[in-house]
Amino acid sequence: MTGAQALVRSLEDEGVDILFGLPGGVVLPVFDQLYDSSIRTVLVRHEQGAIHAAEGYARATGKVGTCIVTSGPGATNIVTGMADAYMDSTPLVVITGQVATNMIGTDAFQEADITGITLPVAKHSFLLKDARNLPEVVAEAFHIARTGRAGPVLIDMPVDVSRQEMNYEGLGQVRLPGYKPTLKGHKRQIEAAARAILAAKRPLVYAGGGVISAGASKELAQLARENLIPVTHSLMGKGCFPETDKLSLGMLGMHGTRYANYSVCETDLLLAVGARFSDRVTGKLSEFAPHAAVVHIDIDPAEIGKNVRVDIPIVGDCRLVLKELNEILASLRGNKSSPRRDWTAQVEEWKRKFPMGYELEGKLKPQYVVERIYYLTKGKATICTEVGQNQMWAAQYYLYKEPRSFISSGGLGTMGYGFPAAIGAKLACPEKTVFDIAGDGSIQMNIQELGTAMQYKIPVIICILNNQYLGMVRQWQELFHEGRYSYTDMSHQPDFVKLAEAYGAVGMRVNRTEDVRGALQEAMQITDRPVIIDFWVEREAGVYPMVPPGESILNMLGGDLDE
Amino acid sequence: MNKHTIAITVENRPGVLTRVTTLIRRRGYNIDSLAVGATDDPTVSRMTVVVEGDDAIIEQVTKQLYKLIDVIKVVDLTKEHLVARELVLIKVKADHSVRPDIVQIVDIFRARIVDIGRTSLIVEATGDQRKIDALEDAFRPFGILELVRTGKVAMIRGAGEDNRRK
Repeated sequence: MTGAQALVRSLEDEGVDILFGLPGGVVLPVFDQLYDSSIRTVLVRHEQGAIHAAEGYARATGKVGTCIVTSGPGATNIVTGMADAYMDSTPLVVITGQVATNMIGTDAFQEADITGITLPVAKHSFLLKDARNLPEVVAEAFHIARTGRAGPVLIDMPVDVSRQEMNYEGLGQVRLPGYKPTLKGHKRQIEAAARAILAAKRPLVYAGGGVISAGASKELAQLARENLIPVTHSLMGKGCFPETDKLSLGMLGMHGTRYANYSVCETDLLLAVGARFSDRVTGKLSEFAPHAAVVHIDIDPAEIGKNVRVDIPIVGDCRLVLKELNEILASLRGNKSSPRRDWTAQVEEWKRKFPMGYELEGKLKPQYVVERIYYLTKGKATICTEVGQNQMWAAQYYLYKEPRSFISSGGLGTMGYGFPAAIGAKLACPEKTVFDIAGDGSIQMNIQELGTAMQYKIPVIICILNNQYLGMVRQWQELFHEGRYSYTDMSHQPDFVKLAEAYGAVGMRVNRTEDVRGALQEAMQITDRPVIIDFWVEREAGVYPMVPPGESILNMLGGDLDE
Repeated sequence: MNKHTIAITVENRPGVLTRVTTLIRRRGYNIDSLAVGATDDPTVSRMTVVVEGDDAIIEQVTKQLYKLIDVIKVVDLTKEHLVARELVLIKVKADHSVRPDIVQIVDIFRARIVDIGRTSLIVEATGDQRKIDALEDAFRPFGILELVRTGKVAMIRGAGEDNRRK
């Protein structure tokens, strides 16, 4: 068979069920094979939509997201998505077409050195020169994407390789002598961590996206509950531990809760699990968790000790490590329970004194919209977000109880991520109600995917928190640039309702608090097309609490009802 | 800032050199020299990189290098007992009046003359970094027309480390 046939066959053999893509000259042979493949191919309107949809699919399921685009501009359009997946450790296999091998390097039509361009943002990449390597390359690509610290893998496929004849005998062998992720933690380190936990007077769990990637929510909950340790999480860790639990402190860091940040500053033992001490979390590093010994469990050894000095490093899959940790703790604990009443009382008091809140009166508040979504869906929806204020309010005012229910671009912070990611998430989990909480700036970046959603009858609900500003940037200008709103006024915007309807989708506008509920309920009834609800919200609403950049997380602005 | 000599054993796949250097560049580390070549195993290459940085930086460099799929082994050779060598070719201005002096320097350094021109000579020398530096200094007064160094390669003495794949 040809290389193109072999590629499609190996994708089928890898269990790929959905592929996002946009055809072009050099991928025609492959698309010809996709025409009658069992793989469901979703035609997008912009390659960036394809890769973010693959990301949404991967985030919603834990499986490898896949997309296929053509060479040249098709390939360069997926660079943002690769950088995004690289930062957030999302498993992707991205197939880019390439000009024929004898044309590479000649500035041929639609040629781009995509393997060169994506070198720093790919976990690994392959440039196929011979179709006979295809089965091995595909097997290795998927293996690399999904194992260890997950990430995006690129397969660059020249058109003559697609046409080359070869024998396909099933998926190839994975031969990667330089790649052996450590899964099982070192027993002595885990024992040391267990003893440190039992001795600690004010322990705190700091959980990140790695807990969700590893599927370790159950083990984390067991650790927290059996040892009465409060849990705070990063943005990427939302949903790893139910925020409705008494032990949950919500998110920490720049826009985290006051009580989470206070707890970090007072803790004597910080248990970092599947997290990477991002600058959004730590603020001023020298003042982060100043009284704490640090235990750091992570599958990537390079993260341990990268930003923060670690006392007990444990390299491994956090589900396996937590499982063993729980067993050792159970045996060491015996029948004793040390309730640490002073610490839990202190944490409770902070939660009581500094709850999240906002002023409901006056113009429609964006936080209210998010809260309504939470109550109407009973917290069972899948929430995708764009980036900026909309993202932070979605993180703060909806209580996430399940892993993979919050899908957001954390590390790269890509505006335009949410809508295509929501499309991917809805296709992955059709039984879920999927929202994209967006800003008026972000939503315009991949609005063309309304075409995709209409074609495949994908009923995602886009809630635009429309303040006619590039909101988060405006907030920074208000706080740090004396209110000089330089190029953040976006009052020149389309009528989003008419825009939705132009695509054949449903459009609604809400500008009164009392109309929010009805609009959301109506939107949730629609099953065959996307919905845009254009919420006109308070223009200068801000995200609080806020830790100014580079400052200690103790120095929060806002979020104190006494102020 | 100290200079560390790092030996990296990599799979001999296309692009691996670029991957390693891109990683080092991207993380902001300074490469002093880099030498790469085949080993006795045709599927494996060996890179010797001299990087500037303190121990913490080198630890991060090493860990980041291990994340590359093609990297098999990374060893910081700096503190080990090493045999370290570098090769240099120097084209020196040499008219017949100074030629005997140059030949004398060549003998002292146990270097070799590999090319004779009417007004210049090409000298080839191998040695550790200090010897090569000294040779360069010795020739400078005569006028160096051209100079090229390969960068350091190094190996641990004795039974020590075996960098081949197991």
